[in-house]
Amino acid sequence: MRHRKAGVKLGRNSSHRKAMFRNMVTSLFKYNRIRTTDAKAKELRGWADRIVTLAKRGDLHARRQALSIIREQAVVHRLFDEATDRFGGIEGGYTRIVKLGRRPGDAAPMSMIELVAGDKTRTPKPSKAKTAEAPKAPAVTPAAPEAADAAPEASDDSVDAAAAETTAVPGPEAADDTTKSAAPEASAAPEAEEAPAPEPTGEEAPETETKTEEK
Amino acid sequence: MAVPKRKTSKSKRDKRRTHDKISGPELVECPECGEAKLPHHACLECGDYKGQNVLDKEED
Ligand SMILES: [Zn+2]
Repeated sequence: MRHRKAGVKLGRNSSHRKAMFRNMVTSLFKYNRIRTTDAKAKELRGWADRIVTLAKRGDLHARRQALSIIREQAVVHRLFDEATDRFGGIEGGYTRIVKLGRRPGDAAPMSMIELVAGDKTRTPKPSKAKTAEAPKAPAVTPAAPEAADAAPEASDDSVDAAAAETTAVPGPEAADDTTKSAAPEASAAPEAEEAPAPEPTGEEAPETETKTEEK
Repeated sequence: MAVPKRKTSKSKRDKRRTHDKISGPELVECPECGEAKLPHHACLECGDYKGQNVLDKEED
């Protein structure tokens, strides 16, 4: 029976588990927001709450206890400095978990765990302000620069691809006369790739063509 | 020992399997961007969950 056996094993022995959660809780307080599996995130909540409780106590012994868990001194000292400001009004439950779906590869359910009172520099406030302002003004204006930015990149890629293929074409021809039928197809491919790129910006289309001709 | 008297016919086998089917994931519409998303999950399209941008997604 697992009566009164709290916690999860996660397929690790206790030292492995402890080392992992020390790493994770260090990362959580360092970056305020980390991405991990559901099970680890849920277990990490307790570790984070324990550290915050120590930080709010704030005395030397608490600081040493926190230093014995968190692996980076700077993280502990910053947390202890900010603890009352960030977590003074909250009693427990200092983290938030949001599910993100399944990880490609092993289909493990992933989630994002973050400190409820995030860092001042990375709070949701700026993103909220942006989302509030975004729908009106930037919807029209940035679209053109972004398209302009995207087009040269795409054209560069196509140029590189074209250069690579043009260099590749002479090889088969020199090697086998029978593969001449394949060579025209390869030379035709760059033209097909160039065509989609200039469509967003018709003005730059001649430039890309001249570049390919130069090379 | 109990042994089948007849080979199971294709028809009988296939009829048995009519209940062996899987259903797709339950999806809901993201209130922020309208994209389909898993319930109780962040929207992977816009990063929104309950009005907060939980992924460090670009704002668009
Ligand atoms: Zn969305």
